[in-house]
Amino acid sequence: METTKLPPSSPSSPTTGFTVPSAEKVDGFPRRSMRRARQRRSHSSSQFRYQSSQVELTPLPLLKDAPVAELHDLFCKKLQQCCMLFDFLDCVADLKGKEIKRAALNELVESVATSRGVLIEPLYPEAIKMISVNIFRTLPPSENPEFDPEEDEPTLEASWPHLQLVYEFFLRFLESPDFQPSMAKRYVDQKFVLQLLELFDSEDPREREYLKTILHRVYGKLLGLRAYIRKQINNIFLRFIYETEHFNGVAELLEILGSIINGFALPLKAEHKQFLVRVLIPLHTAKSLSIFHAQLAYCVVQFMEKDATVTEYIIRGLLKYWPKTCTQKEVMFLGEIEEILDVIEPSQFIRVQEPLFKQIAACISSPHFQVAERALYFWNNEYILSLIEENCQVILPLVFATLYRVSKEHWNQTIVSLIYNVLKTFMEMNSKLFDDLTASYKVEKQK
Amino acid sequence: VADCCNPVSKMAGADGDDSLYPIAVLIDELRNEDVQLRLNSIKKLSTIALALGVERTRTELLPFLTDTIYDEDEVLLALAEQLGNFTMLVGGPEYVHCLLPPLESLATVEETVVRDKAVESLRKISQEHSPVDLEVHFEPLVKRLASGDWFTSRTSACGLFSVCYPRVSSTVKAEIRQHFRTLCSDDTPMVRRAAASKLGEFAKVLELDYVKSDIISLFTALASDEQDSVRLLAVEACVSIATLLPQEDLETLVMPTLRQAAEDKSWRVRYMVADKFSELQKAVGPEITKNDLVPAFQNLLKDCEAEVRAAAANKVKEFCENLPEDNREQIIMTHILPCVKELVSDTNQHVKSALASVIMGLSTILGKDNTIEHLLPLFLAQLKDECPEVRLNIISNLDCVNEVIGIRQLSQSLLPAIVELAEDAKWRVRLAIIEYMPLLAGQLGVEFFDEKLNTLCMAWLIDHVYAIREAATCNLMKLVEKFGAEWAQNTIVPKVLGMANDPNYLHRMTTLFCINALSEACGQEITTKQMLPVVLKMSNDQVANVRFNVAKSLQKIGPVLDSNALQTEVKPVLEKLATDTDMDVKYFAQEAISVLALA
Repeated sequence: METTKLPPSSPSSPTTGFTVPSAEKVDGFPRRSMRRARQRRSHSSSQFRYQSSQVELTPLPLLKDAPVAELHDLFCKKLQQCCMLFDFLDCVADLKGKEIKRAALNELVESVATSRGVLIEPLYPEAIKMISVNIFRTLPPSENPEFDPEEDEPTLEASWPHLQLVYEFFLRFLESPDFQPSMAKRYVDQKFVLQLLELFDSEDPREREYLKTILHRVYGKLLGLRAYIRKQINNIFLRFIYETEHFNGVAELLEILGSIINGFALPLKAEHKQFLVRVLIPLHTAKSLSIFHAQLAYCVVQFMEKDATVTEYIIRGLLKYWPKTCTQKEVMFLGEIEEILDVIEPSQFIRVQEPLFKQIAACISSPHFQVAERALYFWNNEYILSLIEENCQVILPLVFATLYRVSKEHWNQTIVSLIYNVLKTFMEMNSKLFDDLTASYKVEKQK
Repeated sequence: VADCCNPVSKMAGADGDDSLYPIAVLIDELRNEDVQLRLNSIKKLSTIALALGVERTRTELLPFLTDTIYDEDEVLLALAEQLGNFTMLVGGPEYVHCLLPPLESLATVEETVVRDKAVESLRKISQEHSPVDLEVHFEPLVKRLASGDWFTSRTSACGLFSVCYPRVSSTVKAEIRQHFRTLCSDDTPMVRRAAASKLGEFAKVLELDYVKSDIISLFTALASDEQDSVRLLAVEACVSIATLLPQEDLETLVMPTLRQAAEDKSWRVRYMVADKFSELQKAVGPEITKNDLVPAFQNLLKDCEAEVRAAAANKVKEFCENLPEDNREQIIMTHILPCVKELVSDTNQHVKSALASVIMGLSTILGKDNTIEHLLPLFLAQLKDECPEVRLNIISNLDCVNEVIGIRQLSQSLLPAIVELAEDAKWRVRLAIIEYMPLLAGQLGVEFFDEKLNTLCMAWLIDHVYAIREAATCNLMKLVEKFGAEWAQNTIVPKVLGMANDPNYLHRMTTLFCINALSEACGQEITTKQMLPVVLKMSNDQVANVRFNVAKSLQKIGPVLDSNALQTEVKPVLEKLATDTDMDVKYFAQEAISVLALA
């Protein structure tokens, strides 16, 4: 994973939707619509008011000019200077101080990235303290409680000019060849990681992008934290699924998990299987599935590629949670099923083909043409077609009546012609069975 | 899917009894592939059980249901609910424990609504257990759930401790307390949240000594949990706990935690404190309120997050009302009012509108002089607020001020505000102000009304939104109830009847709707002499909708008329309409004839 540096985005315009939100489930906290005055476009950080009296910053000498003997001391002083927080909602407040901190952060980033031998043990607690003070904060309430990540512009973090540099510093710190996990683990502990994970709820995509890369590095370098990180991600997901239905960073966490799953040892531990069955599969029920579906499907397929025996759990799970009214989600489910079928083992396919093709038949007869179309595209996939051919005796009787009926009834011409192609394929596959089914279908219809 | 060897499939109809056939169908449907059919069948579960009798319900139906727990959540939810009402169907309290196994499984499923329903049913049937059964059957179930592997069963357990605790022996009580303690420090935040949300309820059933020794330490721990979603639930528990403790213990046992919560770094926790402020105030009593809660409340009113300020603003009136009377006025004037003044010009409209919904209530507490001097300028400022919701909230609470200073003080500023809202581009705003018209009319008096507001009320009758016209009609009725028939005859009836000649048929129909609403309040005389002729004349309208509304109006005003008018004037017109070419007109005319017994 590479750090992607997003171009500085323009401030978003707050959306104007104002609807009565559904009550929150467990914490009893109503997401009251709190649309602010229009001129406010970015978040304050609730932390700002907790600053004790502001002292004025004075510029320190440059790191590059410092004699070697004083370098570490100066580095440390700069870290301490950067612990000062500024009010970014008032954009003209303490401009001098903001500039001094920005310059110091830039220097720290560059120093950690380029020079060797800077990161000595006493600097670890100071660096982690600076990072903690800056990034850990209670995220402010959403400007737009009905925030729809697909439609609405996210609210951006006001203090990003500093925050970005702090994240950049953290990342360079973790990636530095001098970085010593054995020293860092005393400061980057469970409590630290928990707070880091909570920040994934940030509405600002730039922040989540940094967090993703950083968490991935932490997971890669601090082995002692791995199980804990996985467990806490589990908790975040379970809360998202069963309690709040709201968490902005699901896609980013899933992306990290995708590569974590890739690295699982075989045979899969019970813990990992449980994660698949009790967390990943139920994640498909989320209302906001479209935002993280690609990452979720990737994780699911990763699991199958690791261990084919989980296939049946996955397919039966998806069938259990198959969307009943949301056609947009149905198309996503069909897409995921195709990704799964692309890598399915024939022996596993046989175990699920009956319930699966009953559902596919139901999709083909959907009045929504995109659903029907997506299902019919399966017959354009050579591997799936070969699976169907091998099991034609089972599958054709399951879908025949639907195909026949829909070919006569569907309002959309594209669907009708797709169905004709499918029927033609079946006819060529097994003309005897096809004729038998046609005959019995007609008899059935006569009744 | 169960196979044919399942005893249930043979349950009904095995003895060839035809009366059991419908039951056999229901049972078959319990296993149908179609979720909707299974759902229907589950909803009729009591019928099945009744037909099978208590014995077979216990030995056959319940085991069968326990096995089908792998069903869709929707079916499980219905099942969980049904089982809560099953006690009599399994043979009464003596056998109620038979219901525990299926409910236990349901209490462990993932889906929250199913689990919650199962817990609700378990709580219900716990009351029907004898003390012995409670210890033999129910309490072991709670323990199993409390030590379950997956978080779902442990969260469910949290809701069951308080229902069995009061009715078990002291040894078992000690075990229950231990289990609750364990869950309060559970590994997963979901369980800690469940425990925190039940802490207050559990404290209530505990002996006071244990409240002090056990609950307080749990409360303190949960209130400083690493997750704010847990901490904020502890605030809720704080209310119950503070109520249970004697006054002298509050300072040491509760207040440190409460102070900390009011200044929590997470706005969610502070919001919760603001939201529960009145309850907290009552629970801790007047002394602590004066010393601690007043400054805490000031801080919440000045919080940096709008959510918190709005929640606190909502509580201003209640908080002031509940202050100890001896120095209530002084506290309000020196500590609360300055914050309130700032909120009037808050940057956030929700904060302002929360304040506007309660601020008028302060006038009763502060009395006439203070209201005129200090509150009136605030009311006037809010009446001019850019946000309609703020203005509406002020107007809707005018009655509080009226009692204290009379509404005249406000009427100069009131009028422009009302006129502006009455013409707001959003019909919902117009609708809201219409609803306050009768109240305003009552307080401003008939003269002021006739002079300034009557025109508005009539203008709403021809609004282009139906909901407004409908509300305007209803408003007229309430005004007539207030000002009397004579006033109606002089001011509104002529205008309403004039609309009968309007070229727009919608306006002509409004005349009919007004007549429907007004006839009763206006009485027989006005209805017969002035309204009836207009209605009858409209029976010749060229628009069918108007004609069938004439039929409906006649049906409506019929009871107000005397029998002579009914027979000689209404009957012929309805008979004519009953032969109309339009089928709807015919239908409503015939309906009116039969309702008025004119046939």
